[in-house]
Parts: sequence; C-alpha cells; structure tokens
Amino acid sequence: MSDRRGEFLQGMRLSVPVVVASAPFAILFGALAVDNGFSVVEATLMSASIYGGASQLVGIELFGQHVAPWLVVLSIFAVNFRHVLYSAAVGKHIDHWPFLKQAIGYFFLVDPQYAEAERKGENGEQVTFAWYMGMALPIYVFWVAESALGALFGRLIPNPHAIGLDFLLPIYFLGLVMSFRKRPRWLPIVVASAVASMIAYKTVGSPWHVSIGALAGVLFAAAMPVRSDESLTSEETAEVVS
Amino acid sequence: MSTTLWIIIAGAVATYLTRIGGHLVISRFERIHPRVEAGLNAVPAAVLTTLVAPAALSAGPAELAALAVAAVVGLRGGLMTMFLTGAAVLIAMRHFIG
Repeated sequence: MSDRRGEFLQGMRLSVPVVVASAPFAILFGALAVDNGFSVVEATLMSASIYGGASQLVGIELFGQHVAPWLVVLSIFAVNFRHVLYSAAVGKHIDHWPFLKQAIGYFFLVDPQYAEAERKGENGEQVTFAWYMGMALPIYVFWVAESALGALFGRLIPNPHAIGLDFLLPIYFLGLVMSFRKRPRWLPIVVASAVASMIAYKTVGSPWHVSIGALAGVLFAAAMPVRSDESLTSEETAEVVS
Repeated sequence: MSTTLWIIIAGAVATYLTRIGGHLVISRFERIHPRVEAGLNAVPAAVLTTLVAPAALSAGPAELAALAVAAVVGLRGGLMTMFLTGAAVLIAMRHFIG
C-alpha cells in the first residue's frame, strides 16, 4: 500500500496544467455569475455541485436572459450530455473499484480527467482510485476557490462593458464549438444549428432559439447516411474545462 | 428556497446523472444505433452554436471582429489562446471605436 502515495502524487502532477488553464475560466465564471444575478454563495455552490465549466457558463447566461428555470436545467444537462459517453468508456477501467469509490469517481469525471484516465487505461496501466483522486482533487479545489474569488471581486469591476465582460461568453462558446471540429459532419451541423437558431431567435424569440437550434443540428446529424468509420474518440475533447 | 438554488441543485443532479449514467445505461448495450450515436455526437456543437449565432446577429463591428479573429486563431491554437486573442480584439476595438 506504500505506492498509494506515489500514485496520488503522479495523478497530482497531471492536474497542474489543467489547474493553470482553467483558472481564468473559474474567475470569469464567478464574475459573470454575480453580473447575471447570482450571489457569491450561489456562484460558489454552483461550481462545487455541478463542477462543469461550460455548462455553468451556459446556465448563468440563460439565467441572466430570464429563461424558464427548467430550460436552464435542460441546457446544463445538454451541455454535459457528452459525459454519458465518457462514463460509458471509462467504466471498464474503474470497474474494479468498490461501489462507493466508483460513485465518487464519476462525480469528478470532467473532460481532462476522462482523457487521462482513458489514456492510462489504454496503455495497460491500472487506473487506481489514489491516482484518479490525485488528479481530480486539486482541479476541483482550485475550481471552486477561484469561482468564489471571481464572484467576490467581480462586483468591483467599475465598467464591465469596457473590458468586454458582456461578450466574453460568445467568444468562449465559439472556442468550445471549434474544439469539436474533428467530429464527423461538424461544419454542416454547425451551419444547421446556426441558421435554425438565428431564424428562431428572430421569429419565436429567446430562449427557444437554443432548443430549436440544437434540435436542428442533432436531427440533421441523425438523418445523414451512416458512415462506417464514424466513432467517438478521445482526441476531440480539446476543451480544458468541462 | 430560491429559484436560483433550485436551478443549481437540479443542474447538479442532472450533471451527475450524465457522469454516472453512461456507465450504468450505455455500457449495458452491446452497440448503440449508429444514427443515435451520430445524433449524440452532434449534441455539444449543436447546443453551443445556438449560444454564439444569435449573439453574432445583434453584434457590432467590435464584437464581429473579435469573433472572426478568434475563429481564425482557433483553427491553430488552443482554447485559451483563441479566447484571450478574441477578448483582446474586443477590448481594443471597443476602446478605439467606443
């Protein structure tokens, strides 16, 4: 059991780049959450309980637009839906853990965590709970703490418009959209969703453009002829924060 | 309890279900139908696009320039580089154009 410590430290080392890269987004999330009407406690609680950067940013954006609560939750679910695939894939590597450890482990299954666990498992190495948590805990602790910091100091920003605070999210979301560009039929799906959401935005109105646009892209993808070489790989999970 | 709190709790439960659900449900099936898989594959890009496109529709020159530059940078660089470049263009143009 002496190498449990070594495993934990090995995992911790992998967390460093993720901690660094996700820091600005955690702070941005905190600041924007307060800007969109969240309290500091609520913003921190959201980071601690959902622990999924993109979905949290989507959530507060829609909340700020006064979208119906169920639709905010549905959007969080939709953005996080990719985890179903991670979960199905990573399951075979952590099947040997006791049930409670598995239940804990799945909570921390963010994009980089999945990518590293999958890589370790595919290399034939054992994915241990100590290694897994060694990577997960620093990312989680920093994520929550930096969200709180962003929320605390976000309200001190005198002129949010001048530093572009109101338009940072669309830029960030564009980056997330592009991080999936290796997936099959990415461009036509994006075009279908973009056109449908813009038309819906002008006709039906917000917030329905989100569901209508998303549905258009998904249905388009499902309706296209099936190609045999299409399968989900781990490489396209380029985003740093999940 | 406030609406915000409910949204956070429901969002957290929904998120946890996606993280444990794949193992509990999908791994029981030998094979997912290819059309379902194609649809699932399209979910993140499709959802996230709807958060960018309408914003671009009502954007001014500074915002459009930021998106355009970010998109070009995003073809090469990582998410962080592209985000910071886009933000820099936005702030600079708003500063000079107003």
